Amino acid sequence: MDKMDKRFFFEKYGLSERDLEKYLSAALAAGGDYADLYFEYVTSTSLSVDESMVKSASQGISAGCGVRVVTGERTGYAYTDDLAPEKILHAARTAALIASGPAKTPVVSLKDKARPSLYPVTDAASDAELSKKVELVFRADKAARKFDSRIKEVRASYADELRHILVIGSDGTYAEDVQPLSRMSVFVIARDGVLSAKGSSGGGGRHKFETFLTEKTPEHFANEAARQAILQLSAISCPAGEMEVVLGPGWPGVLLHEAIGHGLEADFNRKKTSAFSGLMGKRVASDKCTVVDNGTLNERRGSLNVDDEGNTTNNTVLIEKGILKGYMADKLSARLMGLPNTGNGRRESYEHIPMPRMTNTYMLSGDDMPEDIIKSVKRGLYAVNFAGGQVDITNGKFVFAASEAYLIEDGKITAPVKDATLIGNGPDVLTRVSMVGNDLQLDEGIGTCGKDGQSVPVGVGIPTLKIDRMTVGGTGSAQ
Amino acid sequence: MATTSTQIELDLRELVSGVVKRAKELGATAVESVVSEGSEFGTVVRLGEVETLKESGSRGLGVRVFVGQHTANTTTSDLSPEGVEQMVRGAIELAKITSEDPMAGIPEADQLGQLEGDLELYYEDVYSLSNEERIDQARRAEKAALAVDSRLTNSDGGTFDASIGRKVLANSHGFVGEYRSSYCSISAVPIASDEAGNMQRDYWYSVARTLSKLESPEEVGRIAAARTLRRLGARKIKTQKVPIVFDRQAAGALLGHIFEAVNGDSIYRHASFLAGKLGEKTFGTNVTVWDDGTIVGGYGTRPFDGEGVPTRRTTVIENGELKSYLLNTYTGKKLGLATTGNASRGLAGTPGIGNGNFYLQPGEKSQEEIIKGVKQGLLVTEFLGFGVNLVTGDFSRGASGMLIENGELAYPVEEITVAGNLGEMFSNLAEVGSDLIWRGSVACPTLRIEGMTIAGE
Repeated sequence: MDKMDKRFFFEKYGLSERDLEKYLSAALAAGGDYADLYFEYVTSTSLSVDESMVKSASQGISAGCGVRVVTGERTGYAYTDDLAPEKILHAARTAALIASGPAKTPVVSLKDKARPSLYPVTDAASDAELSKKVELVFRADKAARKFDSRIKEVRASYADELRHILVIGSDGTYAEDVQPLSRMSVFVIARDGVLSAKGSSGGGGRHKFETFLTEKTPEHFANEAARQAILQLSAISCPAGEMEVVLGPGWPGVLLHEAIGHGLEADFNRKKTSAFSGLMGKRVASDKCTVVDNGTLNERRGSLNVDDEGNTTNNTVLIEKGILKGYMADKLSARLMGLPNTGNGRRESYEHIPMPRMTNTYMLSGDDMPEDIIKSVKRGLYAVNFAGGQVDITNGKFVFAASEAYLIEDGKITAPVKDATLIGNGPDVLTRVSMVGNDLQLDEGIGTCGKDGQSVPVGVGIPTLKIDRMTVGGTGSAQ
Repeated sequence: MATTSTQIELDLRELVSGVVKRAKELGATAVESVVSEGSEFGTVVRLGEVETLKESGSRGLGVRVFVGQHTANTTTSDLSPEGVEQMVRGAIELAKITSEDPMAGIPEADQLGQLEGDLELYYEDVYSLSNEERIDQARRAEKAALAVDSRLTNSDGGTFDASIGRKVLANSHGFVGEYRSSYCSISAVPIASDEAGNMQRDYWYSVARTLSKLESPEEVGRIAAARTLRRLGARKIKTQKVPIVFDRQAAGALLGHIFEAVNGDSIYRHASFLAGKLGEKTFGTNVTVWDDGTIVGGYGTRPFDGEGVPTRRTTVIENGELKSYLLNTYTGKKLGLATTGNASRGLAGTPGIGNGNFYLQPGEKSQEEIIKGVKQGLLVTEFLGFGVNLVTGDFSRGASGMLIENGELAYPVEEITVAGNLGEMFSNLAEVGSDLIWRGSVACPTLRIEGMTIAGE
């Protein structure tokens, strides 16, 4: 991290060590096991091209401080968007209402530990002129329209943010981080006579602006969105019923996120409200499956040098050769459950209480060749792109919608199908994984996960996977 | 405000009017500014113990400027004079990089205005309880739920939430309008398990603008328990085509998709299966849908929309014929139509389209009578996932509910999907229930729909 960015809040808001001690003392004035302050300052820019015009552009600044007091299993929380000392003090006193005991003295440290540096300090938000960002979206618009004359509507957007955070805990926790995040998205509609179809694509991460000029180019996303829409024009109705399902590599890893990931967040397991509760050390997947949550990958959308509680993120093994090995924990869950803190404590903003969340969740590569996996299927579905999904943590049922899928007939990929929905049961879907490809891919950086009304950026990934039996919902004839 | 500050309160009307004035000084030809402030309180009680207690207030300011036909917008949470100046200057600068859009602009002066009289949107009493009383509401809801049956062994808690907000909008035609709103709610989320250890969770809630209209915590808990218990022992069913009955909650979700399909933004882009169908018979004759932003006390009621246009009552679909789209100024101009007063505006971005109170005209039969008329079918009570394609109307979502056999509810069903096409579904409404109840800004009675596919085993 750059020296300049260090001490950001101290310089911008005139914070001092004494102030921080005063706030934390107020937070612990009625006792409690732990208190922390979370300062956040976010600048954001977004613009989009629509009907080949940049119709509008937005910029915003948001700053605030959240104060948390934890006592046993209880959490008190208050925040302020005014960083004046009396406002923070007021928030601290409000959060303190959760506890009722003698005051405690916080241990305040201003020594930051050595941190990984997973993303550049010069970021998309500040290292490019606005005009370069405008050029990106115009390039996407042009490329999508050039792809095929049937592409009639194109919307391309670019958004970036730069988030400064400072976490100070009463246990000596001290962490500052500067987190860049940027993303491009392209949405198109194709029309051919009476037929209409849509396609979308996008990606980004915690990288420099230049990445959009070299690797993740506007043309790449535009062509991908246009290709999908044109393909969907000729898609047939999806058959309904149980069948073999092959998931393509990359973004279809959202299945792992929904089916497995949420169920392995420690809070649900502490409360025994997850379909995975009590399954630690037991088989939850076929022996071909090893699943990790890894917040330490360079420049990935779900990566963090430190989580929103000031802990370094980790590469945590969740499932090893089919056996459940670990949960994703935050400070509260780790303490109450006697688990290692895996650095998964995240929050949407200073207005929110942190909780266990995923970072980049993916399955490791296996030994099978992707083409052999397709060849092994007599009649099934090959799903390569998804629109999103949802899970009921308690009964384990999950659903997700495929935006690009094909029939597999006698070992060959045949007709594209439209609007397939996959539904399954988290604890047993991975036990039906019979082949795992050697082609792990992570998604391009588009995932946003919602839990309890809080959204955070995440990554997902899988190699090509074969699931022996899954229910596919469509309007086509039952088999 | 419950969280009174010792500082001198900013005059928010003066603040937004000042922003408009300053932006004009800096070269804007039209301006719109909005400020919102709000306070929120929330508590979760789980297994009888307080789990979280959250209380805070916040403010935010936004501006949309037009320099000729170029437009941009900026927001800030820093309401100091320096923060405001930076925001306004930022917007003017940003407008320089945007394209000339012939349709850009705020409403005409004569379109602006607001509904008169008390719309009953704001009651101070939502913030009148002490913390102990608030916690008690949440605790009672959970306790009532868990007391119903010994199979209710766990819980995601009982909650009590309250919030109040104030929004002030001003523009360069001299419009200044403001309104306050309040909400309070109670919920319970019990978890039941059967002998095999399979768990099910469901919830129930009550929401109101005043404490006096909130259901009792005991009532909320009791319904949450019943909803959870009826899911125990849920099974998958075979892939089949049978009549499907959607209860109010599920039917409301279906009607929400119809709102998205008449949203002017989707219409002018031809991104909706209803684009270009104005004046056409698109649905069955038993489908009449209104959007009414004027219902006193309604959850979707506002005195003016996100652009300062008074809200109104719009007939969207009448006896199956598409009568009106829902529009803001921009989408109206694109379609050569007038705004319907449906602009929605947060602090950031350009105005979108929001519904008022959006509902489908009820029919004659109760839900019970509708179910009685089904020999073999399914009652859907919940959707999971988001499989809706508005461009084509194709619909395929995960669902759970109850199997119907000979007019009776037989057993719970889960891990299935229901699929069809929204256009066809609303053309094949075999029955429309009489049970229209407002629990949010979209309401729909029970519906029975023919011809959809259930995917299961």
